[in-house]
Amino acid sequence: MSSGKGGELIPSSSELDLDRPNIEDYLPSGSSIQEPLGKLRLCDLLDISPTLTEAAGAIVDDSFTRCFKSNPPEPWNWNVYLFPLWCCGVVIRYLILFPVRVIVLTVGWIIFLSCFIPVHLLLKGHDKLQKNMERALVELICSFFVASWTGVINYHGPRPSMRPKQVFVANHTSMIDFIILEQMSSFAVIMQKHPGWVGLLQSTILESVGCIWFNRTEAKDRETVTKKLREHSQGVDNNPLLIFPEGTCVNNQYSVMFKKGAFELGCTICPIAIKYNKIFVDAFWNSRKQSFTMHLLQLMTSWAVVCDVWYLEPQNLRPDETPIEFAERVRDIISVRAGLKKVPWDGYLKYSRPSPKHRERKQQSFAESVLRRLEEN
Amino acid sequence: MGNTSSMLTQYDIEEVQQHCNNAFSQQEIVSLYERFCQLDRNGGGFVSGEEFLSVPEFAVNPLSQRLLRMLDGLNFKEFVAFLSAFSPRATVQQKIEFIFKVYDSDGNGKVTFNDMLDVLHDLTGQFISEQQSEVDLILEMPLFTDCKQVLTKVLEEAGYNKESLLVMSDFVKILGSSGLKMEVEVPVD
Repeated sequence: MSSGKGGELIPSSSELDLDRPNIEDYLPSGSSIQEPLGKLRLCDLLDISPTLTEAAGAIVDDSFTRCFKSNPPEPWNWNVYLFPLWCCGVVIRYLILFPVRVIVLTVGWIIFLSCFIPVHLLLKGHDKLQKNMERALVELICSFFVASWTGVINYHGPRPSMRPKQVFVANHTSMIDFIILEQMSSFAVIMQKHPGWVGLLQSTILESVGCIWFNRTEAKDRETVTKKLREHSQGVDNNPLLIFPEGTCVNNQYSVMFKKGAFELGCTICPIAIKYNKIFVDAFWNSRKQSFTMHLLQLMTSWAVVCDVWYLEPQNLRPDETPIEFAERVRDIISVRAGLKKVPWDGYLKYSRPSPKHRERKQQSFAESVLRRLEEN
Repeated sequence: MGNTSSMLTQYDIEEVQQHCNNAFSQQEIVSLYERFCQLDRNGGGFVSGEEFLSVPEFAVNPLSQRLLRMLDGLNFKEFVAFLSAFSPRATVQQKIEFIFKVYDSDGNGKVTFNDMLDVLHDLTGQFISEQQSEVDLILEMPLFTDCKQVLTKVLEEAGYNKESLLVMSDFVKILGSSGLKMEVEVPVD
């Protein structure tokens, strides 16, 4: 029951659609009605228990909410001996490490700005040189950021080579994903425009590595963004695109559906898997609970940010595959590598309701089985 | 039970457990409380309809609106009592009572033909239409494409008719013999 077969029209972009393969594969078994067993009787019609059970199951626990649950590390400071130790830890983290890190970051910004501003203003004519210098500087400030959280990052796999028609995709846990990856090699990124100082950074510095902005709330946006993505990926001189197809931050234990936009550009997809080690800090940015500033402060007052980054084998669209199937296949590769559980939901359901299609599908299958059983006399 | 505090005392847990007739163990009640707090994002002490609908698995359920009417504005104690019908420790009688309550939307203890029709509509959407029955041209038999006709036929075969008002004991008679499976597992960390 795939919804992405060849001739199907793409639905209007005003509907936040769940283009996805068969959701019933993932949901708990016990669909609306079991296989017909003979004639339809009153008890079959009145027995709404399967539907009620599904509803109650969703109330008690559901796979979507689980994806966005912050899982702070277990408190271990619960007895007389460990508690003072923990207090010492707090003192060290907040009063020693934190100021040192702030200093490191400030120094980094000073160096960066004192190089970036002149380069940006004076090298206006020399495009190639300016671009290279700005890229190097952005990589530098990202390294400073990573140092400011004492980031210990293990990169696995061959470093991505810069070739045209290549797009990188990764699972998304926090905006620091971008910083961690940008530190190693320059990427252009597609991001949601944020307010505040982050937005300022986005419009000034990130412009230099070539970023594309979108606005989740604007429906028509999707088409313009897809066009921009295509143009960028064809350009030879542009930084390779880094896309987070989940579209939202997930808590690094699950992965939500990948949006197919990145997979229909006709480019090679290079998957990147990122896994944070939760013992040190929970790097999930729960945008519902904290602002990005608070999130950064939390990182800067933890011991370290430890994570693994795997650059995985580049993938291409197979001849018999639809973009949605391709997206699912890549999601599978990334999820297996990073130890994430897959969940059949669209990340955008954080902001909107599911489309009525899904309820209608259930209603249709129930209606069909009722009618079928009626005819069995 | 504090309004917004996430701390449940032992006394609170026992009170809730009593209120739901021991349908859940104390550990399950703690888990349910965590879940309740997770759903109650604005900390109002109850989960609003909007907050329930933000769970996509619930929002796509055909009976979600009906259940919302029963769930809206419940505090934690009542929330657990609501879910008690789904506990493995609940009796078949309790489960049938819950189903009866879902049908009996005006709460007068009687389920009318229209009540049953409404639920059938919720479950089948537009896929069993309101149109007049057509004739199947191949089999030359009347095709029941109408919810009313389906329900009337099935009711009559069971010995009732359109005017019958079903009460709890009727439901027990109808549903009591079929193995009613209505259980939900509360995840306990």
